[in-house]
Amino acid sequence: MAAIELRGVVKRFGPILAVDGLDLDVPEGICLGLLGPNGAGKSTTMRLLTGQALPDAGELRALGHELPADSKAARAEMGVVPQLDNLDVDVTVEDNLAVFARLYRVPDVGAAVDRALDLARLQARRRDAVDELSGGMRRRLLFVRGLIHEPRLVLLDEPTVGLDPQIRTQIWALIDELRSRGTTILMSTHYIEEAERLADEVAVMASGKVISRGRPAELIAEHAGRETAEVYAPPQRLAEVRVRAEAVGLRVRPAGPAVAIVGSDRAEDGAVPADAVRRAASLEDVFVLLTGEEAE
Amino acid sequence: MTEARTRLRRLEPAAIGGVMSRELANFRTYWRGTTFSSLLEPIVYLLAFGLGLSATLVDEVNGVPYVQFVGTGMVATAVIFSSALPAMFGTFVKHRFQNTYDAILAAPVDVEELVSAEMLWIGLRASIYGCFPLLVTIAFGLDPAPGMLLVPLFCLFTALGFAGFGIAMAAIVAKIDQFNYVTALFVTPLFLVSGAFFPISGLPEGLQIVAQLNPLHQLVELVRGAAFGFDWVDLVRFSSLVAFALVLWRVAVNRMAARLID
Repeated sequence: MAAIELRGVVKRFGPILAVDGLDLDVPEGICLGLLGPNGAGKSTTMRLLTGQALPDAGELRALGHELPADSKAARAEMGVVPQLDNLDVDVTVEDNLAVFARLYRVPDVGAAVDRALDLARLQARRRDAVDELSGGMRRRLLFVRGLIHEPRLVLLDEPTVGLDPQIRTQIWALIDELRSRGTTILMSTHYIEEAERLADEVAVMASGKVISRGRPAELIAEHAGRETAEVYAPPQRLAEVRVRAEAVGLRVRPAGPAVAIVGSDRAEDGAVPADAVRRAASLEDVFVLLTGEEAE
Repeated sequence: MTEARTRLRRLEPAAIGGVMSRELANFRTYWRGTTFSSLLEPIVYLLAFGLGLSATLVDEVNGVPYVQFVGTGMVATAVIFSSALPAMFGTFVKHRFQNTYDAILAAPVDVEELVSAEMLWIGLRASIYGCFPLLVTIAFGLDPAPGMLLVPLFCLFTALGFAGFGIAMAAIVAKIDQFNYVTALFVTPLFLVSGAFFPISGLPEGLQIVAQLNPLHQLVELVRGAAFGFDWVDLVRFSSLVAFALVLWRVAVNRMAARLID
């Protein structure tokens, strides 16, 4: 049984089509990265799964529960880590956790709080107000709050958005811990590195639908080939390089101060300048080619 | 799985208790200030209005010393200010600025349970704070009466209604500034024509009829009944407060569902 099954899901906000006939299966025990630019429909998909948005059309099931009809029972078995910090800042660390243990009907609240504090490495700060914690500690607390009831399915909505690299690494370690326990994870992100590093499979979303899906290596092989060549040069020369490469059917994308010629290993002589820097094709190449957006 | 399906019903005590436990955890961080002002306010009012006015302009109203008249009336002002206003501002801040409700609704809690818990918390708190003016008035010379034991109950239902009103308003307004309109158009007039500071019999006839529809006036009369003797009509007054609370509960649930669920 798939942990999540979406069939033809549509969600509109007035004239805006946020989710456009989305089909998505998430098998149990995997981490699926929903990768897409802002406005691709990732957060709306998350809200549809928690019953905070109602679909205009389509069928949704989570952990065998029909949504939104049986959403409450589904939510009892899933954990959610939100994009924004919504901890109670004046309340102690342990009370923040205890409240959610009660909301999730955990029988032994004290044991659940202890378990979460251990996972977040916050035992020593349990009686401190959240306001007194560092940014990394707050983020770890927010993360384990969503796991207080040991859910079978965890929704991570942009779990590291806006965080500095050190805190991001701490959160990735927690996600690794979850994966090692066999918990099913649906993680929305617009960070390529995050998807590549954590996800067993990646579904690339754009304009409210999944436009490609697979293991990162499969997506790279399918859309970007083996090799990409980056050319660093003044704008006028970059324009010439682009025209020459596209003329022989190669796909070219901007890459900061350079242009990246994707699939350069298949190029004829002369299509790729001799001074190009050749590297292995990446998920970033796939993302930009598929969505037309600059990667982060 | 089946156990979860059968266990999760509407208005579950566990969900309501969980949401209230969050309020309690927060209340523990600020109760001193709130309780201090709730105690000090009636003392200041009684000194200023009661002793000041009764020494110069009004000695008694309907045979009741003015200090005691104002003191019993102030229960209603304490209730509206500790229910409608926290409900309006608290709900707005938790929803729009703190994203608290997003976190709660991601757990197995529905909007009806969330709103019911918030109303119940505010109602219980206001029913305690509502008694402070009565206790202060007793210190100022009002004789205790057995009927006063019912005052927390009267305060509870009034506060539930005004909490529902505040939550519904928080769901309706687009910006926090718009609460100025709500306060000026509803809260202040209700408070002024409640009969807390002067008998409504002194108002023009039209306003007297409006005052009879004011839940705060019903509360003022019930508290005075508790202090000076009940009348049969007090049963009707109490029933109207229960109806007020029930209607505003449903309005608040409906408005918040429209606001919180896309």
